[in-house]
Amino acid sequence: MATSIDVSDLNIYYGDFLAVEGVTIPIAARSVTAFIGPSGCGKSTFLRSLNRMHEVVRGARVEGKVLVDGEDLYGDDVDPVDVRRMVGMVFQRPNPFPTMSIYDNVLAGQRLNSKRMKKTDADDAVERALRSAGLWAEVKDRLDRPGSGLSGGQQQRLCIARAISVEPEVLLMDEPCSALDPISTIVIEDLIHELKAQYTIVIVTHNMQQAARVSDTTAFFNLAGVGMPGRLVEHGATEKIFSNPDESATEAYIQGRFG
Amino acid sequence: MTVVEVSRHPVRRLGDRVFAGASTGAAITILATLAGVAIFLTVEGVPGILASPDEVKSGESFLPYVGPLVFGTLLAAAIALVIAVPVSIGVALFISHYAPRRLAAVMGYLIDLLAAVPSVVYGLWGIGFLAGKLVAPYGWLEEHLGFLPFFAGPASATGRTILTVGIVLAVMILPIMTAICREVFLQTPRLHEEAALALGATRWEMARLAVFPHARSGIISGAMLGLGRALGETMAVAMVLSASGVVSWNLISSTNPSTIAANIALSFKEASGLTVNALVASGLVLFVITFVVNVAARLVVDRRKDFSGADA
Ligand SMILES: Nc1ncnc2c1ncn2[C@@H]1O[C@H](COP(=O)(O)OP(=O)(O)O)[C@@H](O)[C@H]1O
Ligand SMILES: [Mg+2]
Repeated sequence: MATSIDVSDLNIYYGDFLAVEGVTIPIAARSVTAFIGPSGCGKSTFLRSLNRMHEVVRGARVEGKVLVDGEDLYGDDVDPVDVRRMVGMVFQRPNPFPTMSIYDNVLAGQRLNSKRMKKTDADDAVERALRSAGLWAEVKDRLDRPGSGLSGGQQQRLCIARAISVEPEVLLMDEPCSALDPISTIVIEDLIHELKAQYTIVIVTHNMQQAARVSDTTAFFNLAGVGMPGRLVEHGATEKIFSNPDESATEAYIQGRFG
Repeated sequence: MTVVEVSRHPVRRLGDRVFAGASTGAAITILATLAGVAIFLTVEGVPGILASPDEVKSGESFLPYVGPLVFGTLLAAAIALVIAVPVSIGVALFISHYAPRRLAAVMGYLIDLLAAVPSVVYGLWGIGFLAGKLVAPYGWLEEHLGFLPFFAGPASATGRTILTVGIVLAVMILPIMTAICREVFLQTPRLHEEAALALGATRWEMARLAVFPHARSGIISGAMLGLGRALGETMAVAMVLSASGVVSWNLISSTNPSTIAANIALSFKEASGLTVNALVASGLVLFVITFVVNVAARLVVDRRKDFSGADA
């Protein structure tokens, strides 16, 4: 079920502004790929181009190819809605739907996809997603309460449950822990370890230790200069990038000498 | 650097004091005006309520007199709301989430312009244009949907029916309701819109998942504002409706209930003595209806506060 992604020569624009230039990177199935780099270098922008959320911004567009299992996401006959059902996303700030109960939040995506679910099927789906997100034990007695009443870490896991309940093939996470306390961060990192058995995961993080802990592959992005587009500097196995990178910029960034 | 002294009575700046005084004064003025109106309506109205049938022009005691008026008022306002709510939500959503930016700006401007048109103009439009155009559709409704009590007919030959009034009122309250809906739709947090889109929602599904829930209380407030205007509208109703003091669900016939406001406007000039008091009393009834409607709306808005997302 998991899927590999192949990006080639991707240029990403906001209007006339070229934000990210010439990215070519393969992303392996059932693995965790981390994007690191100084802020503003286009990590979020690139991530959002992988599920066509980039074009939600007015005037935003891309050039190039993103193949998911050999099929071009930006093909003429591809509906972005279908892409987003296949490539799920977790945002930097937890964003459960505030007017919905925990239960309804988990089912929000599924209710879009399928017409009617039997109550027992729905209950099972909710329990399965919440268990996968490691949240079941904490919320099973208050599924009918609003999702906005949970702690930040719980809300983020609720968002993960919501994203995986539609059984996407790829899960994109944009600094999912940056708004969370250290304990919740550890919980989510453990979760990522478990989820990669089933999903292809791409995570943006500004936390180098986190990249080292959770990812198999690391990609380092950087700005060529002020006002210049972001570029992919190098990518490779996480151990290699962290111990013996090819580029000196990567080494400098990892050792905390800039960024 | 000065040392900040901590006193038990914190010093307040002059500006703060002036502003606090001014806003408290304004609030008290509003409450006093409201109380004044209520007292006037009660004092002047009670003799009208208690008057015996032969002392007033209508020749009826108060309840049978005001009953059909209340019915007509609520019916016309309800028709207006049933038409205006979905249309205003649709137009507002189009402006806020579908239309290209340029078009959205033009439409927003037009809507604001419509809101400023005085009601007598809508009245003229209703009687001079709309009523005539609706004669044929009413005939069709009678013929094909006559089994429903609403369209039992016989269809009015002039088109000056309660349904026409409801439509005119709907057009009147559309701009303000649309403007309010558009405003709250535009304030939907980006965060929740993107949450919906990232789940694979279409634009319409995003509206259902993120925009409408966020806007719920705003939509209700807008509808209440529109309803208040529809309940109290005088000129447009007085001009368009051919009224005959009945209670009837038949929306397309030439015998229609009048509304409280239109009735006051049409009868006040020739009224004298206790008849005036009876009219004031009907005004008191309208005042109470409006008040109850607003309280009810507040209750609806507050009922699911936990889920309102106000603190999220
Ligand atoms: N909505 C937007 N409109 C225009 N420019 C944007 C927008 N979002 C990001 N950018 C620009 O794109 C570049 C990359 O930003 P981003 O992808 O957020 O970087 P990162 O996630 O690595 O911090 C920055 O120069 C930023 O100013
Ligand atoms: Mg970012």
